[in-house]
Amino acid sequence: MLSNIGNSILFISAFLSISIIYLANKNLKVSNNLIIKNIYQLSLIQSTLIIVCFFTLIAAFIVSDFSLVTVYQNSHSMKPVFYKIAGTWGNHEGSLLLWVIILTIFSFLFLIYNKDHPKKFRLLTLIIQNILILGFLFFILFNSNPFSSLSPTPSEGLGLNPILQDPALAIHPPLLYVGFVGSSIYFSAAIASLIVNYSEKSFSSSIKNWVLISWCFQTLGILVGSIWAYYELGWGGFWFWDPVENASLLPWFAMTALLHSLIVFEKRNLFYFWVIILCLITFILSVTGTFLVRSGILNSVHTFASDPTRGVYILLFLSLMIFSSIYLLFKKYKKENYNLNQNSKETFILINNWFMMFYLITVLLGTIYPIFTDALTDNKISVGPPFYNAIIFPIVVIFLIFMAVGPKVKWIKNKFEDIKVYFLILAGSIILNALILVFIKSYSILSNFIIISALFLIISSLKDGVSAIQKNKFDLARIISHTSFGFLVLFIGLNHIFSIERDYNIKVGETKNFENYSIKLEKLDLKDFPNYKAVIGTLEINNNFSNEKNILKPEIRIYDNPKTLTYEASIKTNLLKDYYLTMSNIDRSDYYNIKFQKKPLMIWIWISVVMIVAGGFLRLFKNAKYS
Amino acid sequence: MLQKKVKKRVSLLVVLFSSSVIAIFFILQSLNSNILYFKSPTDIKNNQDINFKKKIRVGGMVKKNSLIINEQEIKFIITDFNNELKISFSGTVPNLFAEEKGVVAEGKLQDKSFFIADRILAKHDENYMPPELKDIMKKNVK
Repeated sequence: MLSNIGNSILFISAFLSISIIYLANKNLKVSNNLIIKNIYQLSLIQSTLIIVCFFTLIAAFIVSDFSLVTVYQNSHSMKPVFYKIAGTWGNHEGSLLLWVIILTIFSFLFLIYNKDHPKKFRLLTLIIQNILILGFLFFILFNSNPFSSLSPTPSEGLGLNPILQDPALAIHPPLLYVGFVGSSIYFSAAIASLIVNYSEKSFSSSIKNWVLISWCFQTLGILVGSIWAYYELGWGGFWFWDPVENASLLPWFAMTALLHSLIVFEKRNLFYFWVIILCLITFILSVTGTFLVRSGILNSVHTFASDPTRGVYILLFLSLMIFSSIYLLFKKYKKENYNLNQNSKETFILINNWFMMFYLITVLLGTIYPIFTDALTDNKISVGPPFYNAIIFPIVVIFLIFMAVGPKVKWIKNKFEDIKVYFLILAGSIILNALILVFIKSYSILSNFIIISALFLIISSLKDGVSAIQKNKFDLARIISHTSFGFLVLFIGLNHIFSIERDYNIKVGETKNFENYSIKLEKLDLKDFPNYKAVIGTLEINNNFSNEKNILKPEIRIYDNPKTLTYEASIKTNLLKDYYLTMSNIDRSDYYNIKFQKKPLMIWIWISVVMIVAGGFLRLFKNAKYS
Repeated sequence: MLQKKVKKRVSLLVVLFSSSVIAIFFILQSLNSNILYFKSPTDIKNNQDINFKKKIRVGGMVKKNSLIINEQEIKFIITDFNNELKISFSGTVPNLFAEEKGVVAEGKLQDKSFFIADRILAKHDENYMPPELKDIMKKNVK
């Protein structure tokens, strides 16, 4: 029954998209400046229907309707209700539906919130957005239909992979999708703007809030994914440079670049084509990321079951997008004025964009290089963290310095009046760094540079904040985000430098000593839970230096549906450090393999990212207030 | 005045272009020295010029009854059903590490039959097999 409802709604939605495209196209030829009511109504109905459709799928998951293939493959009647619901978007088909929901809602919101822009531009944006919606609806209907039914109905489902049964992973996809898919709306707007030659400054006001929204959610989505990886993958790191993570980072770089160059476009009416290019590549990269993840072309930790036919469809769609974008760009390209003063805010924002592109290209090359070598030379290779570390970290130093100086630079023509202040700040940063060196621990030259430049950014941003408060005219959003970024780099640096990591094979009752710590495996307990059994270890960690005692209880969980073994890390968090412990048993032996890690300042890394996003939201509220 | 403008534009373009070229060169250079090649035990046996200093990844099936564990390390043999390779590893093994399951190890070759791993790759799905390994299995198990 649910299958029929869902399928009908999907067909109706596709039909609505076609109607909207038809009506909008007809309305384009009418010369008055009003969009006919029908289009608004259809758009509203379309959004409502697709949400109903999604709720139908959620309902199917809640009542465990195993006549649906998707529910059968990804759910189980014994699963807690929360994870039944989260399971809706924890799989390929359901997540695509979520994808279409965001496309549709954004399309509707863009339509109603941009009344003061030219009609042609708005209608064309709507048409292009609906073409995207249609493309994904067809993909859902003919390839990845969440409402495909199964007969006879199985009595029990296969279950959701236990490592996906996690609160962080339940909210991770929706957050990330608002970012990923949210970028579609400025893709559509950029194409529309190219077609109707809408290149005035005011174009920026139609998209800037959408860019901000998608950027904020993308950042949050990446954060939540990375927190999940930290405690769930049992490896203690929060960033693997895994292709899936890279796929979420690529559009982020493009968005961040766009966020900044839009400021120039808005203020100075420069960089129009560059802004358009960034709009286009952000969404193209989002779709590319989806393609790489879903087609199984890359080896990754992600669990999306891969299927080559999906890859082919997305690839076709992607090439269509890329070719039409390039075609339009070449057709419409006009020479732009790039007469910038080297010492002006414009140039500094261009420098920001240069760095973003540099990071983007680095990560893109690192991610897709293995595909090419495999196809061309039959050599199977992988690009690991050393590549990214070698490239990204040295460059971060220069980037941070520019980031500290840039925002204070004036438009059009700048004069550095307070060079002395910068030297003072730099001296202060060097002294702070030296204090850490002397009193705690020495570290590599590169780490020194990173810490100093991060401190430099933090102090100069804070100083900006203070002097701006005195003048009562300041850009709090920017200051929060930039300072927090400085803190983020600082904390990542310190975390990296002061981490301790030890692996042992240990038996019950044994004690291991290292540095000023001792670890004892006291006992093992076996416990039954509703959907899994767990072996819980009790380990005592003693800091002989401060006499601090901690009990950590890592688990080995044995799930039944599907039959899987997972290791649950035990983490003790406080403001200064995390203790992180995972335990695994080894085939046919009474040794337990434990990994102990001390990760300093972990919680501050998360907080810094939250603050970066807070800056974004603040700017959004301000924009909303003044428009 | 005009000349000054042109000069500025040219210098901006030159800076942009040359810095991009240097950056790309830098990236490719680093890519070349940081890639990990994936080898099967047979590849290693047949290969004449192995660079023992460079990290590689090896993959195969953990051989039945080959797992030896002591306090320091975990030793096992991987096989691609034609050739074998001894592996020594100290560290945490992923969830699904077991005899007769596929495994990928990262580390350095000591000689053609002995490999010291510093990472055993994470896998999260019992049916999951690294694509590299799948190809090898396809070739050898018929």
